[in-house]
Amino acid sequence: MDVLLNLTINGIATGSLIFLLAAGLTLIFGLMHVLNFAHGALFAWGAYFGVWIYTQTDSFLVGILGAIVIGGLLGWLLERWIIQPVYTNTMSQIQVTMGLLLVMNECLKVFFGPNQVSVRLPDYLDQSWLLGGVILIKYRLFVIAIGILVFLGVQYMLKRTRLGLIVRAGVMNKEMVQALGINIKKVFLYVFILGSSMAALGGMLFAPYSGVIHAGIGMDYGILAFIVVVIGGMGSIVGSAMAALLVGVLGAFMTYFVPSVALAVNMLLMFGVLMFRPAGLFGR
Amino acid sequence: MTLLKVDRIETYIGQYHILQGVSFEVKQGEVTVLLGRNGAGKTTTLRSLMGLNPISTGSITFKGESIHHLPTYEIARKGIGYVPEDQGVFPDLTIEENIRLAMQKSDDATLERRDWILNLFPDLKTFWKKPSGLLSGGQKQMLAIARACVNDNELLLIDEPSKGLAPIMVEKVMNVLQEMKDRVTVVLVEQNFYMASTIGDGYYIIDDGRTVHSGQMAELKVNESLKKEYLGIA
Repeated sequence: MDVLLNLTINGIATGSLIFLLAAGLTLIFGLMHVLNFAHGALFAWGAYFGVWIYTQTDSFLVGILGAIVIGGLLGWLLERWIIQPVYTNTMSQIQVTMGLLLVMNECLKVFFGPNQVSVRLPDYLDQSWLLGGVILIKYRLFVIAIGILVFLGVQYMLKRTRLGLIVRAGVMNKEMVQALGINIKKVFLYVFILGSSMAALGGMLFAPYSGVIHAGIGMDYGILAFIVVVIGGMGSIVGSAMAALLVGVLGAFMTYFVPSVALAVNMLLMFGVLMFRPAGLFGR
Repeated sequence: MTLLKVDRIETYIGQYHILQGVSFEVKQGEVTVLLGRNGAGKTTTLRSLMGLNPISTGSITFKGESIHHLPTYEIARKGIGYVPEDQGVFPDLTIEENIRLAMQKSDDATLERRDWILNLFPDLKTFWKKPSGLLSGGQKQMLAIARACVNDNELLLIDEPSKGLAPIMVEKVMNVLQEMKDRVTVVLVEQNFYMASTIGDGYYIIDDGRTVHSGQMAELKVNESLKKEYLGIA
């Protein structure tokens, strides 16, 4: 029983990290219909630059804030100069964003070297408690708490603010939103910046969670995020949150009990969901 | 006074040359009806006015200012409300959210207009917090018109408001449009000749993407040959 509880907590923590990456991806696809394969690179850039700032300042919090800012800046640059010209052409979007992913990953190797970078936890988060047989690791609880806060924040933005109202309407009918006098391109930019910041935050939180980072984490976690978005339903934040938890927890259990099929389980889960709900669990 | 002037506009959708020279003028305070058979180019004309299908040649002037080069949102902000053929309501948003989204300001004048339009359409008040996807076709039409009226728009472009509605609902929508005539100028695309002829002041007939006839509605009502030739009304 204790093992099951431990695995569940680990899975939820991993799910929280995947959610941070998938939430931006699903918002961007839902509103803008942009398939952004470079989204994973923002995760990796957030990890590398956040850790670099953390090392320079010796403040994990400043590292997190730095990652968020860098993610937002990158999001602004990418949307404005690279994604905007290919909004209407899906094939170009795939080619451009795939190319961007490769270039951004290689840039990390140029800036930080080809080797893995070790990341240590700040002392105040490097603790654990034993509760019965369950090991509660403080940093995992911290990651889960951040995931919940971001989920609630995004839900608040979507349900309670005018920007959220425009985003929800834009997902349904972009033309009509414009015909009501709203500059949807500006909203696209805001959503892209928000999504990119969340991805970078996810990367920064992942770094001490994993202990080491390398340039390929963007690719690895980017694929996971795409699976989560497909399972949850394109454009659904709640769907992404549920699917991220499902993928995180299932991954933790399979890695422990049947490690030989752990890598395939996400794909199988996605096929299973798509067979019965082609639009995903919460998609339309 | 001429509020809107459309001069020989041409519009392509993909490779198809849909509008091949549509021209008309809209006088302030009047209801101008665009008539024509299915596929004549009436809906594309309204979409071109809103910048949703940009024109390739010609010009569109609103209050003396050229607007055809502007993006859709700026055209709307000039004071043009649009009710599309499919109503364009956001089904997952409540009626209140649909209206709030459309409100460009939240000043007293806008709130007063909102209350006025809700009094015209009491059904909207009844279902205020319900998702608009649950509304009937007629109620969605009411919401679409309400949304277009909530701002201080001087011109409304309304595309086939009677389409798919029960006769009683058509009558209701017609009464509302009659009542709105005092406040706003209207360009109405309408296949229902009874409705068009009841509320329209002037008319233009569009056929094969061109304006082929125009005049006062009172004249058209008695011109049986014209109605038969272009509108298929025997």
